[in-house]
Amino acid sequence: MDLVVLERVLFAGLALVAAVSGFLVIVQPHAVYAALYLIITMGSLAGLYVLLDAHFVWAVQVLVYAGAIMVLFLFVIMLLNLPREEVPWAPRDLRRIVLAVGLAVVLLIELVVVVGFRTAPAKAPALVEGFGTTAMVGRLLFTKFLFPFEIASVVLLVAIVGALVLAKKHFS
Amino acid sequence: MLETLVVMMVKIGVVFGVLLLVAAYMTWLERKTIAAIQVRWGPTRVGPFGLLQPIADGIKLFFKEDLMPSQVDRVLFVLAPALSVVPAMIAFAVIPFGGTTTAFGLLSRPVPLQITDIDVGVLYVFGITSLGVYGIFLAGWASNNKYSLLGGLRASAQMISYELSMGLAVVGVLILSSSLRLSEIVRAQEGISWWFGLVPIPKWFVFEQPVGFLIFFVCALAETNRAPFDLPEAETELVAGFHSEYSSMKFAMFFMAEYANMATAAAMATTLFLGGPLGPFGPSPVWFVGKIFVLLFVFIWFRASLPRFRYDQLMTFGWKRLLPLALVNAAGTAILVAVL
Repeated sequence: MDLVVLERVLFAGLALVAAVSGFLVIVQPHAVYAALYLIITMGSLAGLYVLLDAHFVWAVQVLVYAGAIMVLFLFVIMLLNLPREEVPWAPRDLRRIVLAVGLAVVLLIELVVVVGFRTAPAKAPALVEGFGTTAMVGRLLFTKFLFPFEIASVVLLVAIVGALVLAKKHFS
Repeated sequence: MLETLVVMMVKIGVVFGVLLLVAAYMTWLERKTIAAIQVRWGPTRVGPFGLLQPIADGIKLFFKEDLMPSQVDRVLFVLAPALSVVPAMIAFAVIPFGGTTTAFGLLSRPVPLQITDIDVGVLYVFGITSLGVYGIFLAGWASNNKYSLLGGLRASAQMISYELSMGLAVVGVLILSSSLRLSEIVRAQEGISWWFGLVPIPKWFVFEQPVGFLIFFVCALAETNRAPFDLPEAETELVAGFHSEYSSMKFAMFFMAEYANMATAAAMATTLFLGGPLGPFGPSPVWFVGKIFVLLFVFIWFRASLPRFRYDQLMTFGWKRLLPLALVNAAGTAILVAVL
């Protein structure tokens, strides 16, 4: 098979799996299954990154999101032993429905504006030599994107301190 | 094109077959070694030196009744053993197990003995093995049994805790070899250095990163749920932990996963710290397998010698001892490399 065709087929398959399991995350009444569908979504996204030649991002996606964060999600869900919820996605409250529909319409308009009124380049720009490699990502993080990178680490540090303060109520 | 395809299929087949065989025969090696340490015979009946024992065990497990308790979550109960065994098998795909070969002149050009050589090799192995926890975790939950659930919870907390130190222990090696590609990490360990200008030693990273190697090895024990860190299946308190409710081949799959994970962990330790397939003479795959077996023997030796940790000891050791030590090791290596 032609490689371009293969790539398209893979893209379509992965995108479909990501979208469907993303939808199932929302409608699934059981919290454990919802978390598992979220893992499948993340795995499909990781596959899409590989198709984009971004191997480092693939590794980080699998290692951090699928391998660590979701394990903690499941850990908490199982510790709390959440019961099966009865149709949580059909609220009776009228105000909530109006809010949800309104937000959905805004999102739809935004999507149309972003996708519809912008012409995509006919041909994707050629790949830079070494695109997506660890060396390249590292160099960019420490030169061009140094400031956002450091800001992100400060934000994470604040989050860690915040979590500690919340978890430890009594400081002796 | 055809040759490339055939070579690839053969490599995958060989690695897969050898991994399954090692997983099966690790049980024999383990029973024999522990028996020798405890001054017993171990398996002797089936075949010479009990060598056919793993085959007999396999046949027995295959024909056992496949029980499914009535209150389990049926989908996840069946899925969990598969989720456990698949990552254990595919993590080996990027590890170089030899130099290059032309298969005794059969091939037109030398082929590297490694299934695939990707740029993020180290991260690939870490990522895939970190997915292995889902199998154990979901098995514990789906069994609908409090002992199983406790085993699963312990496994996930333990693996997340020790993964951090493991990753940091490798940072020193990554700084020294300045690559995440496993073949380049092996290449960086080629050659010989002289101790005090007198004793020749190989340039393996274990001599430059002894602390890193120790941390990595201890974390590998914890990641593969081996003694003294085998709390997820602590039989004195949890029956058999996460696989209490499993029988027949589903049970066997958890065991296959555990032994395949041990082989992968030993192979990673070999690649990162012991020069991988590098050796002074002879064929390189022999050196690779030999080093792995030495490490696997140490795994078993630990199990025969050390009592199990208490859970709070496990967490204290992981977070308050190993993690700071690994951090200091990584920072120290970085500073030394920058200064020298």
